[in-house]
Order: sequence, then structure tokens, then C-alpha cells
Amino acid sequence: MAERSFSQEVLKLRIGEGGEFRGEGILAVTKALLQSGVGYVGGYQGAPISHLMDVLSDAQDVLRELGVHFEASASEAAAAAMLAASVNYPIRGAVTWKSTVGTNVASDALANVASGGVTGGALIIMGEDYGEGSSILQERSHAFAMKSQIWLLDPRPNLESIVHMVERGFELSEASKTPVMLELRIRACHVYGRFRAKDNRAPGFTLQDALDAPVRDVTRIVLPPASFEHEQEKIHKRWPAALAFIREHRLNEFMGRPGGKIGIIVQGGLYNTLMRALELNGVADSLGNTDLPLYVLNVTYPLLDEEIVRFCTGKTAVLIVEEGQPEFIEQNLNMILRKADLPTKLVGKELLPRAGEYTGQVLDRGIEAFLRQYAQEMGDSPAPGDSRGPRSSRGAMREPSKEIRALQGILPIRPVGFCTGCPERPIFTAMKLLQRELGSLHISCDIGCHLFSILPPFNLGNTTMGYGLGAAGAAAFNSPRGKRAIAVMGDGGFWHNGLTSGVGGSVFNQTDNVLVIVDNGYAAATGGQDILSSRADNRTKSTKHPIAAAVQGVGVKWLRLIDRTYDLKRMLDTLREAMTTAEKGPKVIVASSECMLNRQRRERPQQNRAIAGGARVVRARFGVDADTCTGDHSCIRLSGCPSLTIRPNPDALRQDPVAYVDNSCVGCGLCGEVAHAAVLCPSFYRAQLVFNPTLWDKVLAAIRGAIIGFLQRAADARRAHHEY
Amino acid sequence: MSIDSGAVAGSRTQRPLSVAIAALGGQGGGVLADWIVAVAESGGWLVQSTSVPGVAQRTGTTVYYLEMCPRPADLAKEPVFALMPVPGDVDVVVGAELMEAGRAAVRGFITQDRTTVVASTHRVYGITEKSALGDGIAEANAVLAALRGAARRLVCFDMEAACAQSGSHISSVLFGALAASGALPFARDSYEQAIRAGAVAVTANLAGFAAGFELALRNAPVTGVIPPGPAPKSDAGRRLDAQVRATFPAHLHGIVVEGIRRLMDYQDGAYAEIYLRRLSEVSRWDAGAGGMARGYALTAAVARYLALWMSYEDTIRVADLKTRRSRFERFRNELGAAPGQIVHVSEYMHPRFQELCDTLPAPIGRRLASSEAAARLLAPLFRRGRHMNTTRWAGFTALYLVAALRRWRRGTLRYQVEQARIDAWLTRIRMSAADYELAVEIAECQRLIKGYGDTHERGLSRFAAIMQFLDRENDGPELAGRVRRLRSAALADEDGHELGAVLREFAAPHEAAA
Repeated sequence: MAERSFSQEVLKLRIGEGGEFRGEGILAVTKALLQSGVGYVGGYQGAPISHLMDVLSDAQDVLRELGVHFEASASEAAAAAMLAASVNYPIRGAVTWKSTVGTNVASDALANVASGGVTGGALIIMGEDYGEGSSILQERSHAFAMKSQIWLLDPRPNLESIVHMVERGFELSEASKTPVMLELRIRACHVYGRFRAKDNRAPGFTLQDALDAPVRDVTRIVLPPASFEHEQEKIHKRWPAALAFIREHRLNEFMGRPGGKIGIIVQGGLYNTLMRALELNGVADSLGNTDLPLYVLNVTYPLLDEEIVRFCTGKTAVLIVEEGQPEFIEQNLNMILRKADLPTKLVGKELLPRAGEYTGQVLDRGIEAFLRQYAQEMGDSPAPGDSRGPRSSRGAMREPSKEIRALQGILPIRPVGFCTGCPERPIFTAMKLLQRELGSLHISCDIGCHLFSILPPFNLGNTTMGYGLGAAGAAAFNSPRGKRAIAVMGDGGFWHNGLTSGVGGSVFNQTDNVLVIVDNGYAAATGGQDILSSRADNRTKSTKHPIAAAVQGVGVKWLRLIDRTYDLKRMLDTLREAMTTAEKGPKVIVASSECMLNRQRRERPQQNRAIAGGARVVRARFGVDADTCTGDHSCIRLSGCPSLTIRPNPDALRQDPVAYVDNSCVGCGLCGEVAHAAVLCPSFYRAQLVFNPTLWDKVLAAIRGAIIGFLQRAADARRAHHEY
Repeated sequence: MSIDSGAVAGSRTQRPLSVAIAALGGQGGGVLADWIVAVAESGGWLVQSTSVPGVAQRTGTTVYYLEMCPRPADLAKEPVFALMPVPGDVDVVVGAELMEAGRAAVRGFITQDRTTVVASTHRVYGITEKSALGDGIAEANAVLAALRGAARRLVCFDMEAACAQSGSHISSVLFGALAASGALPFARDSYEQAIRAGAVAVTANLAGFAAGFELALRNAPVTGVIPPGPAPKSDAGRRLDAQVRATFPAHLHGIVVEGIRRLMDYQDGAYAEIYLRRLSEVSRWDAGAGGMARGYALTAAVARYLALWMSYEDTIRVADLKTRRSRFERFRNELGAAPGQIVHVSEYMHPRFQELCDTLPAPIGRRLASSEAAARLLAPLFRRGRHMNTTRWAGFTALYLVAALRRWRRGTLRYQVEQARIDAWLTRIRMSAADYELAVEIAECQRLIKGYGDTHERGLSRFAAIMQFLDRENDGPELAGRVRRLRSAALADEDGHELGAVLREFAAPHEAAA
């Protein structure tokens, strides 16, 4: 079960014709899929479309009623391959993943489905993880569209437009027999807005219909000679059909005042940010009215030459607002202008940054520069800095005050880190302690929460090569003697591909390295989705398939299972054994403890109910005695738990802040284990609060209280003799 | 779609109100954004919100961003809401933590002409602040001062404390403070209605809202005054107090009395007298070295560090502190235990062979410590950490008996070792008193010695390394500055790389000369 539940929100998926839908972008996309009569959906979770997978998972009742199949795909490649169902049959299908990393994984299947083409509409919803908040390499999905000739939609980021483009996307796909990508940036995925809903539609042609009467068309299969024919078809049939559809349905929009000497061409997804920048520069109002002509590309690939020529004709200069690099659209536009022999100057990345996100501030400055350079071309329209615009009142803020600039050096960084009570933390504490014995180690990391080991306070890890590729990333270090490399892999990455690329590969090549598989029971970093080895019951998926069985199944001989990662001593001993054993071949440690975030979400309400119901419940948590803590913070450097923090020293003579366990502590016990294993300090204590005690509890407590109280009073009396 | 807009920018329409919420994961920024959406919609406004939540983890910062405006008469012409704040164009900044409010200022979201800032002054420390070997806490006053200078209106108080008092979550206190700030044109009722409609922890959230609302109206200024210590209660205390008044400059009374209070609590009045005797001597050297012009900085530094060193953390001290009644009251309080609730506490202790020797009478302890056979024989006893349950009588009594060894402390090995170290340190300070700054720096080096076990040994060895440097280098130029650099290098990292590097750097000219 995922971290966030959409069980209430999915009721909105039932809103019918004419009703107003209000909610998040992701939910609107799901609604649009149902309105389009989609037959099957699938995908692989990852921000910013994790919630789309969660919504689909929580919406299974609605999906079942409509006869829509939902697949939690094993990887993005598996999701893309599922689009095969639309090759021979008029069934609409949609898949989703995080891009560009997911698109990288999917591109084998994507290229194949794009080659043979589709009969039913095939839509790929890509969560574009670019710019602020992104957790991945910064690349563009645009290149994938170009290399495989898949059409790329980039709708204006309001729900009305997004929903409209989902619906049109299917039609475009069918009209041109080509899969279509719909790109949604992070904020568009999470935007709260509204649109006018339509009724949901059950697919006209079902998956069962297909199985009952299978269609085989050898010309759709990627094998010579058909594969050569596909390339011709793409250029001579599908491409023109797509252009005709885009033109006819006016998917791209002409906005602003027509005519004029200068204009702007913008990716649809950047429209809102551009409008704010125009408004701040005094050439638009907040309703989107502007004197500048705009050409909004809701379809960024392919481009419609004739619309671009029409837009540019008669203009001196046109600004292209295109985020990311390389500047594919700008290059294409230049070619179009050159071929049409238009003298219009195309202005792009010389005024706007070549790389990085186009934020409000970036576009504000870019527009200002563009207007300054070409404003005289606008004739009677207002110049920048006109009193109509808010610009004049903003002159002062351009340069923040000295005091504020000085803050830059003061504000603490806040790198992401492991959650309170996270069971992965002790694994890295153990590695840190092991480094004290063996010297520093080469650690090949993977993608997932465990990658936070590279950041403070652990500072462990050398590379990360992609999801599930932790072990493969250490493959070259198969040195015959001396220190071994450690590879880390999460359970999510393990099932995604790590079982074959990492474990299988290590067995086959007889690597001598150590692999630690972090088994927390979920795809935790993407929001706690269930996977094959999850221990939880899942209503619709098959779980509880142990990682250890799979590892042994591919031939690993040296395997150690740790069923409680918080046992730091055992963790350390096992790691040491793996690093020093004389045995050859891969050494695999499966370190299992449930993701604390998910465990708390499950157990807290149960515990609260039990306490309210009068049952005896013991709740554990940790504390630090401020008067024995001397403020060295070794415990924090070896733990990094958010609940283990600091506060000013209550002691007037001591100056260093003391460690402090705040109320978010879940009592996992790592800080105590660390104090033991690293021989740190006697300040940690573990407290157990007893709720609804039994009579026996009470009697014992009374006796203990009496004895201890007596002794304490005696000590207080003695101390009174030598107090100040 | 696809309508060629023929409209021309005419008279300026009302601009949308923009709200940026800077929160840390887990502070409920998303809930707060949802409430604001509900308030705006109940007021008949159009509203858009968005955010950039990262991965599922609970640390990093998230900015939630909302824009809203009254629903236009012509619904066909809806405003174009932006998806991210633009510097200089934000009406309200909500900062759920002080440094995050500061970060919003750095990003240019807070401007004098329009931004109302609703922020909590409490701190959630960043990992670099937490993991520093000494004091790494960022300077909060600079942030407060900058916010005060930058905002049009600043509503700022400790909302974490307010939510602890009202038993609610900080998001509800922020919501209350936002309502009271008057930055948004909605009635108090509609805010409370939004909480009720959310149907989650309604009572607690309404209490938090009310607290936030009222405190924002009062907006108590933040102060940080430390109250003066209480007067002496015992005869011995009064005698020593009189001695302090007679011997030390007035502005040092506070810190010297703190030292006395600590050492009487640690051992007894006689031990505090040793402290006073040592400190009086230092104050004489200080006066002789022209300390008056420097506010007797040397005496002040030694007053602090001598008290800390003399109250070194031995097993007796730990057992004493762990078994006190005041400590039991404190942990019950910190744990939030209800009156009468049963609480079990077990301590994480890792006594080592060394600590056993330290606690024995000096001659025996010394012989045992140097006996390899004994170390080998007793090693199994000290291999692992122990859990001592101080709320059960066996565990409590064991520690209680150790604490009772206090009266024999002066005979222990550790006592002798520490007193010798202290005397050596004081001698070094006296020898350096001609170079006043250097003497102060040497006094400050005591700061490196703290903690237990490995931590204590590490601190001690770094202290020793600096003292050895001084042995080699007794009259070089800028010696005080170099000691200061060495000290901060010793606190820079756990592995001692920085200290090693600086020591090598200082040693280099010697080698060149040789």
C-alpha cells in the first residue's frame, strides 16, 4: 500500500458530464484517460508521477467497472512493452513513468512500438523530473521523441488544457498510427485546479475481444523486411497524417494580438510562467491578454512548418522560449525559416540561459532583455518599465539588501536524508564503523532512499549508475586479492533489474565483491508502493516472494540474512565477515527491516486504538540526559536520525549544544546501539511508557517507587550538606 | 482551445494574490495549502496551488505556492495563474521554520513593498549544524534582523512552543497566525470552517489555530535573557560567595559562582575551595599581565574551563546524575508521561576496563591498569555494552552504590591523573601569561576535552598535540593566532585530517631551516 492514499479523491473519477472536477493534475489525467475510453493502463512509479500510479491503484474499483486493466509494471521497459496490445487492436492504452530516467529504461520497447506503429491510441504520460525538486540527471525527453518519431505533447499547465490534450492525444495517435508522449512538468503534476468533466467511457473494443479473435499482421512486427518498410511509412504516411491532425484540430494556439513586429513562440508547459513574466514587464495583464503575438506549442514535436512560417512572416524578431538543452526546437525553427527564406531573426538561447530550469525569475529577465532589444519594433505598445506594469515598483528588489545577501552564508543546507527510525541507517552506521577497521571502502550505490548515504552525516558511496545497477556498477572491481568493493541495492531496484544485471551477473562472472540488498518491504523512495517481496497483504497483487529465494535461485552460495537491521553489532559482524572471508564468489547480505514510515503509518493508529480501548500497551522511545551529554555529537554523525537533534546547552558553563531526542522518536533503538558499538557515552536511555498497566504492573511500580524514592531522598539530604 | 485571442491588454485587472509556504517535510505544509485553498474557495475566489514535493523522505525543504483572485464576472476569461513564485512578486510568505523564512528572503520572495511574512522563530537544525564537533548552530539573530528589514509586515513568534501548549500541529498555528495577519481578506470563520471540513484532528487543529491567531495579534517579541542564578543556600555556599565577592571583579561573579555551584554539587565545599584557590592565583597572574584592560578575559576563560575540567565525567559522576530524583522528574517531563504513568528507563552504558581501573584507589588502579594479565582476564566483562534499568531496584541500586563512591573520589586513580593534567595546564597558562592572548587561547583549548570513551581520548590527544606544538614553538610570532587555528582545526572533522594538515603547515618552516 502506498504512502499516500487517494481513496477519497478517486471518488472524483466518477463525476459525470458537466460536473466540475477540482483536484490535482495527476488525478485529472486519470479522469481524462477514463473519459477517453482507455482499455488498459500501466507504468512504473517515480516522482512526479508516483501519485498517478497510486491513484490508479486506489481507483481499481472504478477501473474494474469500466473493464480497464491496470498493471503495476515491473519496470518502465515492461510498461512500454505493454503498449503492444494497441498494435493490432483498436484498444487505447496509456502508460506512465518518471522521465528521462524511465524513458531510458523503456526505450527498447518504445522504439519497437514506434517502428511497427499502433492501431489503438497509445499514450505515454511522462513525469518530467527537471529543475527544482528533481532527483535525477538533467536531460530532455524531447530527444526520445525525435529519435523514434513519437509525437510529443507539452500542454499548457492548467487542467482544462491537460485533459483536452490527453483526449486529443489518443486521437492523434490513432490518426497517425504512432504512439504519443504527453510531457508533464513537476508542478503541473501537482497543480490543484478545475475542469468541466465528461462521462467516463468503457472501451468499445475490449482486451477479451482481442483474445477471442486474435489478429496477426506480420507487417507490424519488427523484422526485415517489415522494419525497412516501417521507416518509409513513418516518413511518408504517419508524419503527414500527424501534421494534418495537429493543423486541423488546432492543437497549437495563436494567442495575443495578431500582427506586430515581434512575437514569442513558447512550449505549452511554459505558458503560465511566460505570461507572468510578460505581465511583470508590463505587456500583459493577469487574464492572459497581451499585445504580443504568441504561438503556443502544445505539440512540441513535430512542428508545423506552415504555421510557423505564417506566424513569423512580417516579424523582425521572434523569441523562442524552450527549456533545456540541446535547443532542438530552436534548431528546427531556424531550418524552417531558412527554407522559407524568411529574414525574421530567431532569438533563443542567446538571451535565455542555455541550461537549467526556466523559472519565473529567469523568464522575467529574459523577456526584459528581449523587449529592451526589440521594443522599438512594438510601435505603440508599452515599453518595459511602463507604469502600467508592476516593474517600476520592483526595481528595488532586483538587488536584495546587504543583510539578506549575508544570510546566504548563514542558512544551513538541508540535504535529503533518512527518515526518523529508518532501518537503512544502521546499515550505513555499520559501514562507517567498518571503515574505522578496514580503512576507506569503495562503495557502489544504487537508486533509492539508500543513496542518501552519500550525503552527511554518513558520507559513504562513490558512484550511482542507475536503478538496480548498484552491483553492476562494482563489476569492474573484481580484483583477485585485497580489499573488496561493496555494492548497495534496494529491493525496488533488485526486482526492477538488479536480480539479473547485478546478482546474476555477479554469479556468472564470479565476482568477489560484497552486495548489500536493502530490503525494506516497499519501493519506499517513490512513496511506499508494494513490490514482489513486500510482506504486506495486497488486495490485487501477489506479494511475499522473498528476495533470498531469488538470490539463491540464481546461484549465490554465500548469503546472509539479517532480519533486524537495528542489531548494529550483527550488522557490523556480518559486513566484516563478508569483507574478510576467504570464500570466493559474490557475497550477498539481505538486510531486512520494514520501512519505518510505512510501519508507523500502519502501527500508530492500531496502537492508539488499543490504548483507547484499555489494552496494556508499552510505547518505547529514546532520550538523552542533557547533564551527561558533553556536546560532541558523535552520535549524530553515526546516526543522522531527524529526531536526534540538538538544543542549546542548559548548563551555563558548557557552550556546545547538547544532543536531544525530540518527540518524533519512534524508539527504533539505533542511537543506543551506536552508543554501545562505538563506545560513545552514557547519555542515552531507552524509556518505555506503559499505558493501561495491569494490577501487577502497579504493585511492582509502587514497590520500586518506594525503594528508589527512599534512596533518592536520602541522597538529596546528603547532597544538601554540600550544596551551594 | 485554439482560439486566436483578439483581446488586447487593456486596463489593468486586479492581480492575483500570491502565497508561498516554505516548510520542511513533515511540517504539514501541504495541509496548510489545502486549508488556504478551502478558505479561498469558500470566499468565492478562484485559486490554484502547487508544490514540488520530492521523494517520500521527511527532511528537505518544500515550497508550496498558491495564487488566488476573486472569481471574474466573465468566467470565460479566467486569470492565468503562475506555478512558481517570482522574486518581488509575492504577497505572503509563510515560513514554518526560521531559516526557511530566511531562505525565502534570500530567494527574493520577501519585499518591503508588499510581502507579509508569517514565520515561526523556532529552529529545526540542519545536519551540518547537528553534526559539528562543537557549536555549529547558525546565527538566528541575523536572520531575524534581515526579515524585520525586508518584510512589509512581520508576524513572528515561536509557533512550535505554541503548538506544544495547544497540543496541535504547527500547520494549524501558522494558519491561525496567517488569519490574524490580515494578509488575506477572509473572515476568521471561514478559516475555522476549512479545518472542520478537513475532518482530521479537528479539535487539536482548532486549538492550534486559536493559539496562533491570538499570539499573532500579540506578537510577543523574542527575547533570550538568561536569568541570574539563585543565592547560596548553605553556610559553605555563603562563605565561598563572600570570598568570590572579595577576590574577583564584579562582572565575573556570575561565572565563578557557576563554577562553585557545579563543583560543590560534583564533590563538596572543600573541592570548590581548591577551585577558588586555583582561580585566585590565575586572577593574580591576569592582573599582573595587564588583564584589566582586557576585562580579565583570562580569568573568565579559566573560570569556565577549570570548573568543567575539575568536574570531569567519571563513572561516579555519571551514576550520580543518572540516579537523582531531579533527573527522574526531567525524563518523565521530556517523555510527556502522564502523572502516575509507569515509565521504565534503561541506560546504555559501555564501561571499559580503563574505567574500572580509574575508579579504584590510585595504587591498585595503576597496578591493575599496567597488568596485561588482568586486562586479558577481565576483557570479557567489558566487551559489550550494558543496559542498566534505573527504574528497577537492582539497576538503580548498582548505580546508587557507584554514586556513593563520591566520598572516596579523591583517592581514585582518575582523580590523580586529572589533577596532574589540570596543574600542567595551569602552569602552562602561567608561563604564557606574558603573551596574554596566548594564555587565553591555551585556556580555551580545554574545550577539546569532553565526552567519554573514544570521544574523550580523541579530544585529549588533540589537546596534547596542540600542547606539544607549544613545547616546540615557545616564542614564535602570532602564536595565539596559530593556537586558535589549531583549535578550530581540531574541531573541523572527526578523523583529524584538518588538524594534521595545519600542524604540518606550521612545522614546514622548521624543516626548511633544518
